[in-house]
Amino acid sequence: MVEWNRKDLLGLEELSKDEILFILNTAESFREVSTRPIKKVPALRGKTVVNFFFEPSTRTRASFELAAKRLSADIINISVNSSAMVKGETLKDTARNIEAMKVDIIVMRHSSPGAPHMLARSVKSSVINAGDGSHEHPTQALLDIFTIREKKKKLEGLNVSIIGDIAHSRVARSNIWGLKKLGANVTVCAPSTLMPPGIEKLGVRTTYKLKEAIEGADVLNILRMQIERQSENMFPTIREYAIEYGIDSEKLKYAKKDVLIMHPGPINRGIELTPDVADGPYSVILDQVTNGVAVRMAVLYLISGRPESDESTD
Amino acid sequence: MNLLIKNGRVLDPKNKIDEQLDILIEKGKISRVAKSIKEESARVIDAAGKIVCPALVDMHTHIRQPGREDEETILTGSRAAVKGGFASITVMPNTKPAIDNQGVVEFIYSEARKTELVNIYPIGAITKRLEGKELAEIGELVKSGAVAISDDGMPVMNSHIMRMALEYSKMYGIPVISHCEDLDLSSKGTMNEGYMSTVLGLKGIPAESESIMVSRDIQLASLTGARLHIAHVSTSESVELIRNAKKKGLSVTAETCPHYFTLSDEAVLNFDTNTKVKPPLRTRDDIRAIKEALKDGTIDAISTDHAPHTEAEKDVEYDFAPFGIIGLETALSLSYMELVKTGFLSLLGLIERMSLAPAKILNLQNKGHLSQGSDADILIFDTEISWVVEKNNLESKSKNTPFLGWTLISKPLELIAGGKHIMKESRIIKNEPR
Ligand SMILES: [Zn+2]
Ligand SMILES: [Zn+2]
Repeated sequence: MVEWNRKDLLGLEELSKDEILFILNTAESFREVSTRPIKKVPALRGKTVVNFFFEPSTRTRASFELAAKRLSADIINISVNSSAMVKGETLKDTARNIEAMKVDIIVMRHSSPGAPHMLARSVKSSVINAGDGSHEHPTQALLDIFTIREKKKKLEGLNVSIIGDIAHSRVARSNIWGLKKLGANVTVCAPSTLMPPGIEKLGVRTTYKLKEAIEGADVLNILRMQIERQSENMFPTIREYAIEYGIDSEKLKYAKKDVLIMHPGPINRGIELTPDVADGPYSVILDQVTNGVAVRMAVLYLISGRPESDESTD
Repeated sequence: MNLLIKNGRVLDPKNKIDEQLDILIEKGKISRVAKSIKEESARVIDAAGKIVCPALVDMHTHIRQPGREDEETILTGSRAAVKGGFASITVMPNTKPAIDNQGVVEFIYSEARKTELVNIYPIGAITKRLEGKELAEIGELVKSGAVAISDDGMPVMNSHIMRMALEYSKMYGIPVISHCEDLDLSSKGTMNEGYMSTVLGLKGIPAESESIMVSRDIQLASLTGARLHIAHVSTSESVELIRNAKKKGLSVTAETCPHYFTLSDEAVLNFDTNTKVKPPLRTRDDIRAIKEALKDGTIDAISTDHAPHTEAEKDVEYDFAPFGIIGLETALSLSYMELVKTGFLSLLGLIERMSLAPAKILNLQNKGHLSQGSDADILIFDTEISWVVEKNNLESKSKNTPFLGWTLISKPLELIAGGKHIMKESRIIKNEPR
């Protein structure tokens, strides 16, 4: 039997296949809690969780908050305006303050890759990465993989295509690490300007052609297009991006009959997904949101339950 | 007091010496290099089993005085230099205020005289306030003692201004030192662009941001006939361009730094901000090309690009940390390990690239060699001693090095600068900081 020994969850890169499966299986048992009339278990009673967000986020923050509450933990939200964080002393100082308040788990979202790693090194509290720049977003990938497994009953041999701004996507990176470890075939599809160098070394197929990404895919995971990429000249216009890479029912004609459409949200309707596809029969986007709470409950539960390290003995 | 260094293995690249000899120092100059010198009046330093060579010369040092004395001062930087075996260092012009006028050059010389440790040579700015818009008073800078001009980390992007700077510098015989970086290509980047930046999600700096500007500056050197020196070469493509320029007979010289032949971008993996430097740490292929270039002479010199930053500045998110790492105290050991131990350079070749070559580029005629009558700047070091890089054994006021915790081989023991014995058994024997 696998045990959970990690203090932090910073990414899927460092997790083993067994650890990922352990989280997914734990999430299975928590999903049922959300269907009860009283959606609460006492697993984390007396524990304190801080949502420490340096980037605006409604969904991920709310999802962690619900997960913590359903486990009976106390949770507070701290939002810091990233632009006010010109100097990082604030991160260091805030970390020390949080430490002094005897917080058990810090859930952190930050625009700079490695920020949660830095925090994890400097505090005894557990740190969960809720997205660090373009680096990783492990709980999002876990809930994506959970949803795929729920619908397809397997992961081994499945064809998953991730479509959109691969270069700046932490969702893509975490999904690639997780899916590859679980035996899925991953294709990444982006305009050439948004395809990061060397990505194929992660064992993925790359293509600029949307049709190639759609054909034969069991899952299409469509990424949100950040509008500001246009001002960086990553593509000519939003209009052209929507024409070339937006998924509409016309393009879905190339897809398998039982394809799943996923999106980490929030959706730019009419850009990467047309409304009829987002709300259509292939879409499992709302299942992702539901499963997100269960997966985050599992992560909070496992992290808080790790064997105590005897910090007092040095 | 006259000094007599006895029984050491003397290495002098200029005079092609590599044998056991004695060196007599009188009145701050080297007066004799010969076998078994007997001189009753001189104090003897026994160097048996050790290397005796010209003290090292660093042609690319950031000393933060004036302006950022919390990072490094002329005194602490000088002490770090002594510890690393350097008797001559430079001050790159990005002080505050910048070294873009006589007054700042004179201030640095006067502070350096007060510390009385090593020779300190200011490098003047190419443009006023390093803004890349108007030429600084280059003639005045040279007259007051600047040995070269550079805008270093604020590279001159305007090709016309760079051309004029090169043209103008010819009258003074000084090199123009170029930090080659296309700022539009490197914009917002924090590490080398490639597989590692993709995995880490950090914005990359493509190798071409360097080599495009190396190519531009070589063409401008060809157009003007001026002396161009390429700072901190980090990519194989830059090496290739410089090799071709030299083949054509252009007066182009180049330097690299120990971190560019010791670490690749894989060192960024744990987000250690002490690996954040410009140009960024590149790939294993680049490391190989740089070592080859040092071997065949395409790269003339090894410099440190010693760039001190406080712990508070570096102990932040990777994106927010300043670029730069310190290097004075680790340069010789790292170069010995990576170049001599691996067979790329002979010990004589290494000393040449760390003393004679930079001295020549900066027109320091009496530095970098042991000829009779030259300045008595002499280093004695031991290639057998290993030591561990630790914050508390570094003299530099800043500790931003990615080599913390590394065990290094070879250690400077004695340093003589201007005939004065300023380090004994790795202990600096004057100017203890308050
Ligand atoms: Zn530079
Ligand atoms: Zn520099």
